[in-house]
Amino acid sequence: MIPLNQYLVLGALLFAISVVGIFLNRKNLIVLLMAIELMLLAVNMNFIAFSHARGDLAGQVFVFFILTVAAAESAIGLAILVALFRNLRSIHVDDLGSLKG
Amino acid sequence: MDLAAILFYAFGAVLLAAALAVVMVRNPVHAALFLVLAFFTAAGLWLLLYAEFLALTLVLVYVGAVMVLFLFVVMMLDINLDRLRQGFWRNLPVGLVVGVLMAAEMVALLAKSALGGGAGQPAADYSNTRALGEVLYTDYVYAFEIAAVILLVAIIAAIALTLRSRKETKYQDPSRQLSAHPAGRLRIVKMASETTVRREGAE
Repeated sequence: MIPLNQYLVLGALLFAISVVGIFLNRKNLIVLLMAIELMLLAVNMNFIAFSHARGDLAGQVFVFFILTVAAAESAIGLAILVALFRNLRSIHVDDLGSLKG
Repeated sequence: MDLAAILFYAFGAVLLAAALAVVMVRNPVHAALFLVLAFFTAAGLWLLLYAEFLALTLVLVYVGAVMVLFLFVVMMLDINLDRLRQGFWRNLPVGLVVGVLMAAEMVALLAKSALGGGAGQPAADYSNTRALGEVLYTDYVYAFEIAAVILLVAIIAAIALTLRSRKETKYQDPSRQLSAHPAGRLRIVKMASETTVRREGAE
């Protein structure tokens, strides 16, 4: 029987790794999206651990909805990325300054 | 140390290593493949928590659909890797300080607090999918329908963002085809009939 603490620590470490990833890959839009997926995975891990520990299915239902919204988010994010690349021929974050006054 | 603990530590170590590789590797294709590994090991950990339906959903939806989309986009775009990597090592100290501080705080808080050990193994005839379906279609049915609408909006948005009409492509317009009339295509010219030409050499 693995205690709840260990799952929470694992989720915290996963979340910290993805925060470091956002700091490191500030210019790379694709890896930024992947780091967001990792963050959502860490949050989902906590939800399922709590759901199991408390014997309440509401946590798992919430993970189901997070998965739905995350799939929609990554689909739209990648579509924006493709549209961006078509117009600018680059996905470098520094090139995306056309809205700057 | 029982089998569940061994599996937990093995999956946890692989998950953290894969997550580190996702944010550290140079090639985005390799990062996407490491993310696939991270999702697989997370699905294994969820199976240890008896959340079978969500573990299978994670593999089917994330590895099967979202990561394939990621790989497709990464391989389709022609990206300049050297330019994208600039500032990587310069941002490392700040990111490392923030990340280590954050992890240390959360681990210090979580490791000491006395949380319950968990509900243990469910009964042999317990079906996670069935139990989840029962609450999903009764208590959470409105949220479920809103989730369906969100997916529909995502489909429409993704198609609308990437759809473009190319000028060089020839395509048919059925309404113009149907409204075509002979008068618009064919012009009958009235002209005087030709007179016979006298040949001089024949006489």
